[in-house]
Amino acid sequence: MARPFVLPDLGEGLAEAEIVKVLVQEGDLVREDAPLLEVETDKATVEIPSPVAGRVAKIHVQAGQTVKVGAVLVTFEDEGGREGAAPLGTTLARSAPPAAHTVGGRQPAAAATAVAPTREAGRAAATPATRRLARELDVDLQIVRGTGSGGRVTDDDVRSAAAGGRPPASARPGAERVAPEQPAVAKPLAPVGVEPPALPRFEQWGPVERQPLSHLRRTIAERMALSATLIPHVTHFDRADITELDAIIRRNVEPARERGVTLTLTSFLLKAAALALHEHPQFNASLDPAAGELILKRYYHLGVAVATDRGLIVPVIRDVDGKPLLELQRELAALAQRVRDGKATLEDLRGGTFTITNIGALGGTGAIPIINYPEVAILGVARAREEPVVREGHIVPRVLLPLSLAFDHRVADGADAARFAAAIVRRLERPEQLLLDW
Amino acid sequence: MVMGDLVREVDVAVVGGGPGGYSAAFRCAELGLETVVVDASHRLGGACLWEGCIPSKALLHVAAVLGEVERAKDFGVDFGEPRIALDALRKWKAERVVGKLARGLAAVAKSKGVEVVGGRGVFEDSRALRVEGDAPQKIRFTHAVVATGSAPAPLPGLALARDRVMDSTAALELPDVPERLLVVGGGYIGLELGQVYAALGSKVTLVEMTDGLLPGVDRDLVQPLTRRCEKLFVKIRLDTTVASLSERGSQIEARFGDGDTIAVDRVLVAVGRRPVSADLGLETTRVRPDARGVVAVDEQCRTADPRIWAVGDVTGEPMLAHRAMRQGKVAAEAIAGRPAALDNVVVPAVVFTDPEVAWCGLTEARAQREGRRVRIAKFQWAASGRAATLGRADGVTKLVADADTGRVLGVGIVGPGAGELIAEGALAVETALTAEDLAATIHTHPTLSETLMEAAETLLRPA
Repeated sequence: MARPFVLPDLGEGLAEAEIVKVLVQEGDLVREDAPLLEVETDKATVEIPSPVAGRVAKIHVQAGQTVKVGAVLVTFEDEGGREGAAPLGTTLARSAPPAAHTVGGRQPAAAATAVAPTREAGRAAATPATRRLARELDVDLQIVRGTGSGGRVTDDDVRSAAAGGRPPASARPGAERVAPEQPAVAKPLAPVGVEPPALPRFEQWGPVERQPLSHLRRTIAERMALSATLIPHVTHFDRADITELDAIIRRNVEPARERGVTLTLTSFLLKAAALALHEHPQFNASLDPAAGELILKRYYHLGVAVATDRGLIVPVIRDVDGKPLLELQRELAALAQRVRDGKATLEDLRGGTFTITNIGALGGTGAIPIINYPEVAILGVARAREEPVVREGHIVPRVLLPLSLAFDHRVADGADAARFAAAIVRRLERPEQLLLDW
Repeated sequence: MVMGDLVREVDVAVVGGGPGGYSAAFRCAELGLETVVVDASHRLGGACLWEGCIPSKALLHVAAVLGEVERAKDFGVDFGEPRIALDALRKWKAERVVGKLARGLAAVAKSKGVEVVGGRGVFEDSRALRVEGDAPQKIRFTHAVVATGSAPAPLPGLALARDRVMDSTAALELPDVPERLLVVGGGYIGLELGQVYAALGSKVTLVEMTDGLLPGVDRDLVQPLTRRCEKLFVKIRLDTTVASLSERGSQIEARFGDGDTIAVDRVLVAVGRRPVSADLGLETTRVRPDARGVVAVDEQCRTADPRIWAVGDVTGEPMLAHRAMRQGKVAAEAIAGRPAALDNVVVPAVVFTDPEVAWCGLTEARAQREGRRVRIAKFQWAASGRAATLGRADGVTKLVADADTGRVLGVGIVGPGAGELIAEGALAVETALTAEDLAATIHTHPTLSETLMEAAETLLRPA
């Protein structure tokens, strides 16, 4: 019996989502948790992982389609069936070439280009001059849809693909079969307005290797490029004397552990930032340039950047301002674990209003973070160090925490940022206030 | 290294001066790279110019003239029996054809600043080449191109020591016109040279191991050639192997696999060509030829050794000079850091027999094997006005097109001039033209090229 897989509940009363991309083909063998589809809701694009390991019998949706929660996305072949029961490796060898693209998510570029099921001798239908142009622009002809007669890829198709755009839809129904758009393993990033110039041929100086970007890497790349391009960043630096806070944390590590919580500085940072945001609401906002309005958010959902082996992910803790510290700490630990295990839900990853990124874990003295678009500011926290500080004419050892607050200069000015940063510093330096909520 | 050895440093050292080698060298020089060619014979042109394409085509032209003279009797023109002065023919081939082209190549090399070093090039490592010969020297290179070509394959198990048993190189020297000639091998070399000797007066017997001439070539194209060969040759024996060759006085007795024997005056062994990759010192580099001697290359003609490239016959089938030339240019551009690739869809092939056979791209048989949805057009030259005026109705023009898009995937032609006509087919497939493109292009009338247009038109009609 075939097993249908439906669009899962995406939370927050969300009833539907748009299919951005179908990442598998019918007949593909997929592993459990391998990405099946990419869907977009609100401003978040998430991959929907396969709930099971098995062969895709049928795909019921296509890119661009909006589907409701509960609608069947993909039907898997029965686990007891011959194909499904076979070990992954042995079945792979017998499966159709396109399967190699998608089993296990992403394959190296070399494997992808080696598979060209519909081509005469593996070549795209294009003139030699067009093929030379494609090499110059580093466009893989195999994934360009040809709009010429007989599905021929034209110079314009190649330039369009190089510019990141989709080639114009073919007027001839036969074209789709000749040059299928799917599946792309490596593809250009979404443009952010400025077209990057062509790269030199690095091969002339030595051997190179090309690696397609992972989905997460691509998402990070696109978001960062968008933010850095769109937002005029200014970074304000400050330092908090956390000698007292550090002592409190040390004293309470054991008692907290007895209550099942590993106490860290991050929960105090979250609390301090949320309370400071109350006083400086323009940093808990988003700019709506089209409307010419600042959208002030009356909720305080803070993102915490978490490094995973796949790349940086920012899970969000909701209503940080109203939660006691220990609860924040507990929630943070659970959330970070879900993210590292790749089990974070869409709900875990969106709705943030402000982001904290701890950049001190691996050393260094500070870094200038890039704002998590469309937020207004991000707080970078470097490693705390015991340093000599002059107080009333005496040098005393104090634990100092370097902070770097990057903010959107369209929304706030340097003086605002200085006051906001000072508000955070003040709270970190008077930890008893934070503990009142404990 | 001995003191006094001459060491020179170059950007590119090309080993072998054949079409692949000189094409690579010329392009390298054009791109500003200091380039030398190391050639064992101390000359450019390789097997193609000196013992292959060019001399064989010169002789085949003579055979074609003799064939036309014979056919002219049908038009009421009789020249009488042709008298062949072998010395004059050899001299014309060597001086007016090969010699003239060789001088041209040498002049091009000089104008481009490409030096040709005489001697055997042997790799000492991935950076240096030792040149053995009259002027021993050492060449340090940044890149090397292996373009050592191929040599006639010997008949397995049979000694070739006797000079009455010739390979294609010896046969092209035209030592004499034997009364009886045995040709071993029904591929393009055996057929071309068999026809030359038959036209000059030899009684030719041809044996082929498989069940047809030109194994692997579309049967529709081979059939008219087979019919012509049956007239020109005394006998064609298919499914036949040669078990032994033995000298009986001034003649040679050949014993076939089925026990039959035949007495001939000369034997031509034409059972294919093998890459020349042994004794080049490649073991000192990262290049590892396979069991057949083939050096594997990628689309840029790069070998497993990042500094060493290979082009032409040494890289395996199809062993054709025009492929080698394109490879040579690609390798040169890749060496210069340009985005070149041997991404050609087709390498057209021609057999310069009478009638000529030429093809490119997908064949009907392969389309069937691969289960591809194609449409086939076959245009018989009996319906061509030009063919009629030439007295040649035996030609066929064949198209293989994608059933859905009409894109031309393969072209095959048999008939006089097929070798020239295939150029349009190659252009069509390479540039992904559709049958409609071919059909709607005005072709001059009356010419044989119209047969391509006519074949394409039949594809436009409903299946």
